[in-house]
Amino acid sequence: MKHTLSVMVENQPGVLARVAGLFSRRGFNIDSLAVGQTENPAVSRMTIVVEGDDRIVEQVTKQLHKLIDVIKVGDITAEKYVDRELVMVKVNADAGQRGEIMLIADIFRARVIDFGRRTLTLECTGDEGKITAFEESLRPYGIKEMVRTGKVAMLRGTRFTSVENSGLDQDVE
Amino acid sequence: MKRTGANILLESLREEGVDTIFGYPGGSVLPIYDAIFDSDIRHILTRHEQGAVHAADGYARASGRPGVCLATSGPGATNLVTGIANAYMDSVPIIALTGQVVTSQLGKDSFQEADIVGITLPITKHSYLVKNAKDLTKVVKEAFHIATTGRPGPVLIDIPRDVSAALVEPEEESPLNLPGYNLPDVPSKNRLEEAVRVIMASKRPVIYAGGGVVNSGAFMELQQFAEKIIAPVTMTLMGLSGFPGRHPLALGMLGMHGSKYANYAVCSCDLLIAVGVRFDDRVTGKLERFVPEAKVIHIDIDPAEIGKNVKVDIPLVGDVKNSLAELIKRLKAKPSGAWQDQVQNWKKEYPLTFEENEEGKLKPQFVIREIYRAGQDRARIVTDVGQHQMWSAHYYDYTRPRSFISSGGLGTMGFGLPAAIGVQVACPDELVFNIAGDGSIQMNIQELATAVNNNLPIKIAILNNGYLGMVRQWQELFYNHRYSQTELINPDFTKIAEAYGAVGMRIERQKDVAPALLEALAVKKPVVMDFLVEREENVMPMVPPGEPLDKMLG
Ligand SMILES: Cc1ncc(C[n+]2csc(CCOP(=O)(O)OP(=O)(O)O)c2C)c(N)n1
Ligand SMILES: [Mg+2]
Repeated sequence: MKHTLSVMVENQPGVLARVAGLFSRRGFNIDSLAVGQTENPAVSRMTIVVEGDDRIVEQVTKQLHKLIDVIKVGDITAEKYVDRELVMVKVNADAGQRGEIMLIADIFRARVIDFGRRTLTLECTGDEGKITAFEESLRPYGIKEMVRTGKVAMLRGTRFTSVENSGLDQDVE
Repeated sequence: MKRTGANILLESLREEGVDTIFGYPGGSVLPIYDAIFDSDIRHILTRHEQGAVHAADGYARASGRPGVCLATSGPGATNLVTGIANAYMDSVPIIALTGQVVTSQLGKDSFQEADIVGITLPITKHSYLVKNAKDLTKVVKEAFHIATTGRPGPVLIDIPRDVSAALVEPEEESPLNLPGYNLPDVPSKNRLEEAVRVIMASKRPVIYAGGGVVNSGAFMELQQFAEKIIAPVTMTLMGLSGFPGRHPLALGMLGMHGSKYANYAVCSCDLLIAVGVRFDDRVTGKLERFVPEAKVIHIDIDPAEIGKNVKVDIPLVGDVKNSLAELIKRLKAKPSGAWQDQVQNWKKEYPLTFEENEEGKLKPQFVIREIYRAGQDRARIVTDVGQHQMWSAHYYDYTRPRSFISSGGLGTMGFGLPAAIGVQVACPDELVFNIAGDGSIQMNIQELATAVNNNLPIKIAILNNGYLGMVRQWQELFYNHRYSQTELINPDFTKIAEAYGAVGMRIERQKDVAPALLEALAVKKPVVMDFLVEREENVMPMVPPGEPLDKMLG
């Protein structure tokens, strides 16, 4: 089963190497990993999707906790959350096909971000399922190039993950 | 007042109570060595950086205080790697200081540049690359805190030469700020009470104690705990000196080379109380057959150890000493019964023995017994790795915490002599024995010079079997006697000792062992005792790899 971990880390050089190294050396599989800043400039947030049964994910979580630069680890899989990925696709698009492709873009609420003589570059955001469906729809036209980010995720409603509250994610209301 | 990074470093070390650094100089640490020239911190020059790091490790294991080693960049730093891994596996608090090329040359494959922080990432508890001399105060303070608290471990501080040379205004001392480093205290009340219920209900409890007992200083607590519930105690290699070896409840070591009675007790228990251990494969044997029927209580400071290898029924995450004290408070005394009798019977029926009086043969086990007799409870035993290490575990009864020092998790040949140097530095008035193999001793034999130069009167007992004995044993048992590359043609160890300025002795007969030991103990110098022992003696009993604990040979 796939688990989505929200990991708050100190914004230090080398922290990505520590986290990535831990996964590879202990034989944990990372499905995707996205890092970026948070509302606090001293803290970065990693959203890590990891494949494994509960025992493996428990070990991953505990081992992550042992890294000094890791401030907090939350497994949000069982929580209510929103998640997004972003994809950019450069697809073959002759004059005759452009209309169709634009229609597909419309359905997925994707945007055209670049125009070539024989290609279109589209941008789309959404959850994993939507992005995969979008990719499948474009495949028949011939995808020249594609780049997809890892997943980022956030708890719904008033619940939030932050380094300020202790323990895992807490309801603060 | 402005000071150099090197001076700030040494003052910060002093602040942490450091009295000794084990090290080896080179270009990138010249500013630090220049500051050491005027410092009152003692520097011990080893003959190899691996010697320095093992010495720091031995110092820490014997004293409980962090050991410090220092090496130059590149080859100096990479020579520390084995020792850092060794300390990491056995949870030993050491601080490894390394020089690094100047910051402007970092990442350019400069002369003697090695990314030691990167190389040691998987074998350090934490590490730093210091880019500003002002940070040194804070970094050193954090490093010692991290190395010595919680589950101890090695911390590396990499210091570029321009940083140690820089003249800066030192930063004011500030309180530690490590938001990602939280230390477990004692287990929750609920868990403790659950554990008490299970202990009181158990009929056949066994305590399985490890290095965590020694690290947390829980010697007294473990004894009280075991006596209160009259539970037999078996130890891992790391836990050997955590419980008195001659105590009626002591079962000696368990696992691959455990005693039969320890392994039988573990296999038959209905409750395993694991204390400061990590269920290593050398201990459990075939995992699926390890205590399948028993409930498991696991006390450990490291939450990641709970459930890592074996399913745990009651996790007690916390300091071993405090957790045991909490349990003792809540427990009522339990009576002795059929189980305790059964265990005593196993002890009588399957004692650890060897054939003592074979014509003219010097048995390695006999030598260990005699060392025990000669040193009694005063000695600190530091071993290398191999058969002699296992015999040192079997035939010597450790009665004081930190009196048995050995490379457990990594099994590093060459650990013994440099570690013994660290032990003797930490305990200058005590008797320190390095029990070595003829193979192992040659991995860091150059440290004889360090021992001689610093007047460290270590007694080195080489159990010389002319083989990489432990490997030969496996070849004998599992590879059809094909002794591939395990026979050693050795130099004359007594002459080597003399060349270094130590005393050399050779002992070939059983009757000469006791007098030779007496003589060696009277000498206030390092002594190398070359015991020519029975060549193809095996360490028994033995659980073949992949078998369950009760399938023992021998
Ligand atoms: C650095 C290192 N290399 C190789 C080994 C594998 N090994 C384990 S025991 C052993 C033999 C040790 O021989 P010796 O020191 O003579 O001890 P003996 O077993 O003969 O008592 C070897 C080669 C090791 N543990 N460490
Ligand atoms: Mg040997």
